[in-house]
Amino acid sequence: MEKFEYSSAVTGFGMSDVGRRLMRDPMALTVDASLAAIADAGLTRDDIDGVCTYPGMVPGAGGFSGAGAHDLIDVLRLKPNWHNSGLEQAGQLGSIVAAMMAVATGLCRHVLCFRTVWEATYVQLQRTGQIRYSGGGGRLSGGMEWRIPYGAASASNWIAMYCSRYMHEYGLTKEQLGQIAVNGRKNAALTPYAVYKDPMTMEDYLSARIVSTPLGLFDCDVPCDASVAFVISHKDTAKDSRRGRGVGFESVGTANTERVSWDQGDLRYLTGIDGAANMLWSRTDLRQKDIDMVQLYDGFSFNALCWLEKLGFCGVGEAGAFLEGGHRIARDGELPLNTNGGQLSAGRLHGYGFLHEACVQLLGEAGERQVPNNPQTAIASSGGGVPGSALLLTAP
Amino acid sequence: MSKPVKRPLPMLTDQNRFFWTSGTDGKLRFLRCSECQNYIHPPAPVCDKCLSMEQEVVAVSGRATLAAVTVNHQMWIPTIEPPYVVGIVEIEEQDSVRLTTNIVKCDEEDLAIGMALEVEFEECEDVFLPMFRPAGAAAGKQAGEH
Repeated sequence: MEKFEYSSAVTGFGMSDVGRRLMRDPMALTVDASLAAIADAGLTRDDIDGVCTYPGMVPGAGGFSGAGAHDLIDVLRLKPNWHNSGLEQAGQLGSIVAAMMAVATGLCRHVLCFRTVWEATYVQLQRTGQIRYSGGGGRLSGGMEWRIPYGAASASNWIAMYCSRYMHEYGLTKEQLGQIAVNGRKNAALTPYAVYKDPMTMEDYLSARIVSTPLGLFDCDVPCDASVAFVISHKDTAKDSRRGRGVGFESVGTANTERVSWDQGDLRYLTGIDGAANMLWSRTDLRQKDIDMVQLYDGFSFNALCWLEKLGFCGVGEAGAFLEGGHRIARDGELPLNTNGGQLSAGRLHGYGFLHEACVQLLGEAGERQVPNNPQTAIASSGGGVPGSALLLTAP
Repeated sequence: MSKPVKRPLPMLTDQNRFFWTSGTDGKLRFLRCSECQNYIHPPAPVCDKCLSMEQEVVAVSGRATLAAVTVNHQMWIPTIEPPYVVGIVEIEEQDSVRLTTNIVKCDEEDLAIGMALEVEFEECEDVFLPMFRPAGAAAGKQAGEH
């Protein structure tokens, strides 16, 4: 039996405006991205028979949850055979894998996937009293009770602790880690939608204010407003789409082999990456040397470092040496990393930005920031700290 | 006593009350499997090693090792003023059992992964939050005093 990854392809993608405090309704952003993706595929909304998103409508999640599947289905009057959303899945890109499975099983021909954030606007509305915070005051439950009482309220605290342990074990320096941020900023200068495009030197990076040692401001991604959407189509229908075959899937990694926890597992690497990385390679004959670029989740710089190493692009504990000087990960280097600037500089498109950039690059549509030599393969990943996922993508 | 810090606190349930009120007598407690003596944390109804559902609450030594650490400089919760130290500690009885906690009574430059720690408790309403200080540090000394 042919593996399920070969049943589908990315035939269209779209992106709303991206920015800080756009002051637009998140559903409007979602509609912008969705209609752009549908048009990009050469389809109409009547062709869409599946809808899938991360995380869906999560009450109380503020700007993290911009629009639910039900909301978009109703607003666009879609008639899906299948739809799905959820926070608990293999990273944001787990929703793409769910769509691929819906296509492979024959439930759907064209699944619309989207991820919407409006974190910058939401905070602004809170500050100006237009949204009143309705939570607070209650007691903590779920996983939060183990961290929040101690003031460990931010992922920057939790990830900083893993980074401290990795540095302790392997001698990673702040400057080596900083190459991920500096490289991202350099790439973002050529990305029209990027939030931060001003040049940033290593000195700027190292002198930024500390958030939670060893992480500084530029180790943390930038919350923004944006929606990104894709159409995942059956390969038999993909030929009818505007681009023909579209961007193909070679393999997926969705395995979670560790405790789902911020403190009970291996403290050297963020959890949720190891299983996904191993599974990705177990489902393909391609190897690291065959990969032309990587778009790796960088909600924090350390996430991308963990992905680089767990995907085997360098040896155990050798990510620091691999990153040294930043040449390998540059757009014209041996393994271009986060060519749109990643979430650190382009903005927290929350996982979907990595797949978007991989598609743009594999179709040769990246303009000024195009990776040279006609790239044929890319890995996009999401997650780390929470269960993650990775996709190995191929040019048409 | 220093002035109490107002913190967001855990919701006490039949599953976690023993843990969050354990400090009443100055001792740290965990669930332990009655069959294979494996410590279970966070509390769960079944042993992850042998799947036994027979378990008991037992007091441990309170000694631990610092496994990971960060000094937080940004304010996240208005009542908890930075900087403060957050660490992950491994308890002496079973190093796979960890707590995310505050490291107190320790200067930043003295923090070191692998350092020996001991528990103390901060009483907040009906909760006793376990926190950890360097082993041998005077129990009465307040954070920030040298």
